[in-house]
Amino acid sequence: MVPLSWYLIFAAALFSIGLFGVLSRRNAIAILLGVELMLNSVNINLAAFWRYGNVMDMTGQVFAIIVFAVAAAEVAVGLALVISVYRRRNTVVADEIDMMKW
Amino acid sequence: MMIHEETARLLTWLIPLPPVLAFALIVLFTNRSKWLSHTIGVGAAILSFIGSMLVTVFYAFRVEHFGEHPIESAINWLPTGNTWFRIGVLIDPLGAAVLFFVSITIFMIFLYSVGYQNYGQPAGDHDRAGLPPHGATIEEHGHKHVVPSVEPMYSRFFAFLGLFAFGMYVLVVSDNLLTMFVGWEIMGLCSYLLIGFWYGKPSARNAAVKAFMTTRIGDVFMLLGIAFLYSATGTLTFREIFTEETLHVLASTPAAFGMTASGLIALLLFIGTVGKSAQWPLHVWLPDAMEGPTPVSAMIHAATMVSAGVYAVIRMFPLLTADFTGHGLTTTMSIVAFIGAFTALFAATIAVAQNDIKRVLAYSTISQLGYMIAALGIGAYVAAAFHLITHAFFKALLFLGSGSVIHGMEHGVLHTGNHNVDPQDMFNMGGLRKKMPVTFWTFLIGGFALSGFPLITAGFWSKDEILADAFGHGHWAVFVTLAAAAFLTAFYTMRQITLTFLGEPRTKEAEHAQETPWTMTTPLVVLSVFAIAYGWVGIPEHFPVLGGLVPNWFHDFVGHTLAEVPDAPEFSWIPLLTSLVVALGGLALGWLVYRNVKSVSDDRLQIPLLKNKYYFDEAYDFLFVKPAYWFAETFVYKWMDKGLIDGILHIFGPTTGGIGSAIRNYFDLPVINRFFGDGSADVTYWFGGKLRAIQTGRVQQYLMLALVTFIVIGVALYFFVLA
Repeated sequence: MVPLSWYLIFAAALFSIGLFGVLSRRNAIAILLGVELMLNSVNINLAAFWRYGNVMDMTGQVFAIIVFAVAAAEVAVGLALVISVYRRRNTVVADEIDMMKW
Repeated sequence: MMIHEETARLLTWLIPLPPVLAFALIVLFTNRSKWLSHTIGVGAAILSFIGSMLVTVFYAFRVEHFGEHPIESAINWLPTGNTWFRIGVLIDPLGAAVLFFVSITIFMIFLYSVGYQNYGQPAGDHDRAGLPPHGATIEEHGHKHVVPSVEPMYSRFFAFLGLFAFGMYVLVVSDNLLTMFVGWEIMGLCSYLLIGFWYGKPSARNAAVKAFMTTRIGDVFMLLGIAFLYSATGTLTFREIFTEETLHVLASTPAAFGMTASGLIALLLFIGTVGKSAQWPLHVWLPDAMEGPTPVSAMIHAATMVSAGVYAVIRMFPLLTADFTGHGLTTTMSIVAFIGAFTALFAATIAVAQNDIKRVLAYSTISQLGYMIAALGIGAYVAAAFHLITHAFFKALLFLGSGSVIHGMEHGVLHTGNHNVDPQDMFNMGGLRKKMPVTFWTFLIGGFALSGFPLITAGFWSKDEILADAFGHGHWAVFVTLAAAAFLTAFYTMRQITLTFLGEPRTKEAEHAQETPWTMTTPLVVLSVFAIAYGWVGIPEHFPVLGGLVPNWFHDFVGHTLAEVPDAPEFSWIPLLTSLVVALGGLALGWLVYRNVKSVSDDRLQIPLLKNKYYFDEAYDFLFVKPAYWFAETFVYKWMDKGLIDGILHIFGPTTGGIGSAIRNYFDLPVINRFFGDGSADVTYWFGGKLRAIQTGRVQQYLMLALVTFIVIGVALYFFVLA
């Protein structure tokens, strides 16, 4: 069996890729994709810690499923917001959506 | 017929109630209806009258040994420690005799008021509440004349009379000093209200205040006496105080000024009487009280209130004489006798120079009350009570008669329309006997009774008894003074009758005077019957010829109020001849001097000293009223209030203001407002201005910032906390 650290390194790499995507992409949908990557990296961690910890304790798996549910809901709301913004301002570029300032 | 003892007891409780109910009813409900008000008022007087008659004539006067078994009834009233203060009613022989005359005179005065206040006459042309009615113009057979108009505050008058009657009945039926004092004070209040009844007149207002203040001086002393008595004996019930034991203890306890406790208490209570019965030196209020309507003068200043003062002394007689051994008067008795005798003579001398018909009677009242007080001072208990009652009858008669005369004269004044003629000035009258026959004859009877016209009038018997007592017990000074006063009394009475009724009319108004309505003349007739007949119940047994024809019922009856019945004085010719001479001599002289007097300038007795009442008003004004005003106006108001109190306040005001503005200018504004208030706002504003630059609205930059912050804090925690 591969050691736990491999999973953790993989999850950290995936998180960093997601974070980079969130910070660097201009398209709002792409930012949402980045967020999904970050959430999934957390799931990998949860599953790995469960597998290497007390297997009878289901907490890790339960948390992973809750994260799926939250991610699904977040994507639904996020995409709906993006569509709504696109309809009003005819753009999905995050830098151009800057009404929330002083 | 005789009523049962229980019934008499119950009735005694009820006697004072109708007038006070009438007062409440009139004040609260019927004050708009003149008819209802006087019906209720007179009705209440009749109820009390019937009750009093049942208790006295049909019970008290018929019971054997009533003195030993009086009507007594008491209830617990106030808890005082572990005992009760009891109040109740007591009708002993003295109470019965007083209740008898009080109820009759009150009833008569109520009836008289209906006519006096012009019931049934039209409302005046321009009468106003608070002023006497001025007359109304009516048209009859095509030409106008002026008739008397009805009193604007008619109902109010009957309400006050009712309250007053309540006070008098309470005083008479009380079995203790406290409720007696309550009745006494109710009368004081009503006297004030009724003297100032026409409050629109400044003179009436002043007279009311004067009466109230003057009697108040006496009342304060009386209250002190009551308090002293209560602290010394623990009871205020008459029959508990007047037991031999209690009196003996009081008589042997020394108090202040070389007097015994009983003497000092009696003296304090007596000062109350001096105020109420208008004795020198507190006599000044009574003549001024004539400002009130005439029924009031009759009621307050003849029949009831001033008599109440004498009644109180008669009640307290056992206390007054507790340390009297029969040889030489005690200090208190001497004071009482002196004040009484002095007042009797002093007031009589003033009366001879007065021209106002009511003022003559006022001074005469003072003088006669002095008579009774003097009698009490020398221990003539029965004689004083007798004179009290006969005097109440004939003086009420005279006052009501004078009211009738004034009323008749006002008719004349309204007829001629000359309002400069004073309808009360006797020099404007004359010859009224033809115009007002009923008033004349009744006034004559009253006047003769007052002068002590021999044998037929009540005044003769009572006055003679006092003189006989003074002579019989060797009080020469009192005897001579009273005889002189009696002479003057007869003189000024005849002067009054001559000036008013005899001769020819001196003015047009007197020519047109008119007899008054039946409501006014009936009381005169009833009272004149008593003014004559009441004397017959007290004819001394040893009087030549007449003595013994009728038993001396009064002496026998009232004498039994005391534990020991006082002896009637030995008969002697000297006091009898004296009273005959002074009465007849005074009357004759009065007629001789005044039968031809045409105007004031012919009257040689208009001596300024007498006319101005020995300048007592002026002296009191100078000694008491002016200093009181000075004290109030200059000392208290100007110096204390304006100067001292306001001065201190004026220091406080600016000082506080200065401290306040200093705090404001040097602390509040710069420190609190500028530094903390404005300063914190400025700082926040400045920081806000600087920090607003990072609010770009770009979500990725925010995230970047969060990431950087996270890393920085994380690194910092790693190095500073974990490492």
